[in-house]
Amino acid sequence: MLDRRSFLVRGALATIGAGAMSRMAFARAATQRRFVFIIQRGAADGVGTVMPVGDPAYAAIRHAFAEDAATGAKLDALFTLHPAMPKAAGLYRQRSALFVHAVASPYRDRSHFDGQNVLETGGNSAYQVRDGWLNRLLSLLPHDEARAIAVSATMPVALRGSNEVASYAPSVLPDASDDLLQRVTMLYQGDAQLHALWSEAMSIRGLAGDEAEENGREAAANGRLAAQLLLPADGARIAMIETGGWDTHGAQRARLAGGLTRLDTMIDALRIGLGPVWQDTLVLVATEFGRTVAVNGTGGTDHGTAAAAMLLGGNVRGGRVLADWPGLAPAQLYEQRDLRPTMRLDDVISGALSRHFGLDPERTGAVLFPALGKRAPISGLVA
Amino acid sequence: MDERSIALNRFGLGASPDDRDGDPTAGASRNWVTAQIAAFQPNPRAIAGVADTSTILRDIADYQAQARLVRKSKPGPRGNDADQTQPGDDGEDVAAIALRRRARGGLRLHYVEAVNARVAAALATPTPFAERLVHFWSNHFAVSAEKLPVVALAGAFEFEAIRPNVMGRFVDMLKAVERHPAMLLYLDQADSIGPGSAFGQRPRVAARQRGINENLAREILELHTLGVRTGYDQADVTEFARALTGWTVPGIGRRIGARAVTGGFEFLPDLHEPGTRTILGQTYPQDGEAQAEAVLEALARHPATARHIAAKLARHFAGDDPPPAMVRRLEAAFLRSGGDLPTVYRAIIASPEAWSAEPVKFRTPWEWSIAVLRGLSANLSDSGSAVGLQEQLGQRVWRPGQPSGFDDVAATWAGPDALMRRVEAAERLATRSRPVDARDLASRLFPGSVSAATAEALKRAESPGQALALLLVAPEMMRR
Repeated sequence: MLDRRSFLVRGALATIGAGAMSRMAFARAATQRRFVFIIQRGAADGVGTVMPVGDPAYAAIRHAFAEDAATGAKLDALFTLHPAMPKAAGLYRQRSALFVHAVASPYRDRSHFDGQNVLETGGNSAYQVRDGWLNRLLSLLPHDEARAIAVSATMPVALRGSNEVASYAPSVLPDASDDLLQRVTMLYQGDAQLHALWSEAMSIRGLAGDEAEENGREAAANGRLAAQLLLPADGARIAMIETGGWDTHGAQRARLAGGLTRLDTMIDALRIGLGPVWQDTLVLVATEFGRTVAVNGTGGTDHGTAAAAMLLGGNVRGGRVLADWPGLAPAQLYEQRDLRPTMRLDDVISGALSRHFGLDPERTGAVLFPALGKRAPISGLVA
Repeated sequence: MDERSIALNRFGLGASPDDRDGDPTAGASRNWVTAQIAAFQPNPRAIAGVADTSTILRDIADYQAQARLVRKSKPGPRGNDADQTQPGDDGEDVAAIALRRRARGGLRLHYVEAVNARVAAALATPTPFAERLVHFWSNHFAVSAEKLPVVALAGAFEFEAIRPNVMGRFVDMLKAVERHPAMLLYLDQADSIGPGSAFGQRPRVAARQRGINENLAREILELHTLGVRTGYDQADVTEFARALTGWTVPGIGRRIGARAVTGGFEFLPDLHEPGTRTILGQTYPQDGEAQAEAVLEALARHPATARHIAAKLARHFAGDDPPPAMVRRLEAAFLRSGGDLPTVYRAIIASPEAWSAEPVKFRTPWEWSIAVLRGLSANLSDSGSAVGLQEQLGQRVWRPGQPSGFDDVAATWAGPDALMRRVEAAERLATRSRPVDARDLASRLFPGSVSAATAEALKRAESPGQALALLLVAPEMMRR
């Protein structure tokens, strides 16, 4: 008689009722431009997503992972997109998707918390800047257009700050995420009682249903929800969606494919939901740092440095991969293990957003990333 | 476990990051626990506004009056009890059903309000050890919120019969509990009629052969005082049930002996079986209410009761198989002090078995959820719905489904599905939590007691939210 689902839904409704709706009373907008930031929490593997198959060192260092390239979409002479992202591949063919590779924030250590803090605050080091760059972006927009929303129950760091921001939780909350379940397995490894109970719980769960399909549904629901929040003339102009499960220390092939499928599904649902407004929408997908180039002993990769980012939308000057490719040979790697960063994520962001919202690139960079020096916002990312 | 962690988690309800840092010097943790005996507030702000027994009884009487009207207006067989009539029975008028549904919903709101108050009190309390004892005694003297009147009254039972007596004498708690309408209705005492009483002698009553209901008498002996198989027999149960006749809640249920609601317990002399009773070889010549009261007093000081209570308390603080030496110590403290509960609590605190460094208990769903919410400094709205959360976790508040209460052993609670539910709830609560660094929080919740495996898992989590979820299901959080 215990109904977990209805409990979860009730919890979500309670949150919405608690004030998110009332804070959604926005003024009428003058601009059509929308911006969506999809954060990949956990360090998504850029080399596994946008695969540098043309690099001579690639096949040897990635061995089994390289097999996925056979069915992926060939982007150019060097890169192939992971086969789990067919919709993004379609956007690439329509020149509405641009991949940026070997890109990184200024953060050079390998802690998720600190790395995400730098990615979200736009600081030079963790906890240096208190508010988020996405919140500061609001102060650059005309006052009556400065409306942002987090598609989550709580406010991510990137959106925190002095400008008021709404949050809206998805009405269908997921069951515990696969990544958390894997980590609980690790956590209980040394505890005989909990390990035995948990092993049984996981095997029961495995019998219970098609998780991949379930995950896809949730991702699509999130994409649709974001579209609904962005679509109305008086709706939000900026939205942020959080994704997880990218910290693939083990069994990366299956887990990365699952994560990319969800991401691809979410972006597609967002695009469909926005309809013609997609033409005025810019989507950024970025992660705190990349992963080791070499595969580790558990079929995964460990925390690394440079990663890949994505820009998608009707205005993106897509159909290309932007990279000053550093190479995968041992001598070319950062600290002999990671993809070497050759492009600054902050320059990508300030270049793309200034153009998208018709702002001055220098000023945009100075407001979004005040702690960083030698800014060079990249032009030509967005039409 | 460090002594500070034992004090916070095994004796208390789990640490809150707002707590002051525990004093690591020897004895400080024991003093912190002991001081709560004197500091306990039976009626804290969290429960002060909740409807009291007499208000709820009037609501129940209103509801039952409406139900009677509906039944009268309808042809066909009559139910005995309002609750047993199914809505939608032939002939029931739609408006009447709707009216009754609303009234039923109103009664259920008393339950929701009381659960919320119980959770709020557990989150806000400065005396978590004392609050744990409230929960312990409420479960020892369990009612189960299944019959509608008990659903509405379960919270008032704990707040009015248990809380004021937690730092008093066992006998006073016993007398308050057995008089409370929730208990009288739950264990059918309100339906019991002495066959030789004035009411029982009425021709119509005698013809229907209604009489004694032994339920309460049996459970007092078996569960509340002596314990099962401690030497009483069926004759003792029946005699005790006779002594208890007349203890009732006027105007509720079948309204035996009195139709008007008085707002609480009454002794109705017309229902009382006259005569001297003999229970466990002792005779009780008292007349009226004093007779059963004298039985309760004798039961409260019986050595079997002392042993029974000692074993349950030792199980709660020192492990599923209570250490015999500790049981003997608590039993002696109980007997020596005439059932003075603080004396027994001090004996628990003084028992080395209750301070063993290894965790001794697997947290029940209730304990886990309260520890988690306290750890997150959460309030009620953060939990979504307190009633829903407890349901999801598999332990509905005040609804053990049996008069023996919820089990206090790991075997009942440590199951695969229960664990999965905790993981799911943890992720949800972590998602809703204000931003917290789980690595710092861990050392505040389990001072000096965070395992290397847990610390490593928190450090490697892919996001602060995930780290928090992992902390909430870490082995340290699952046990106390």
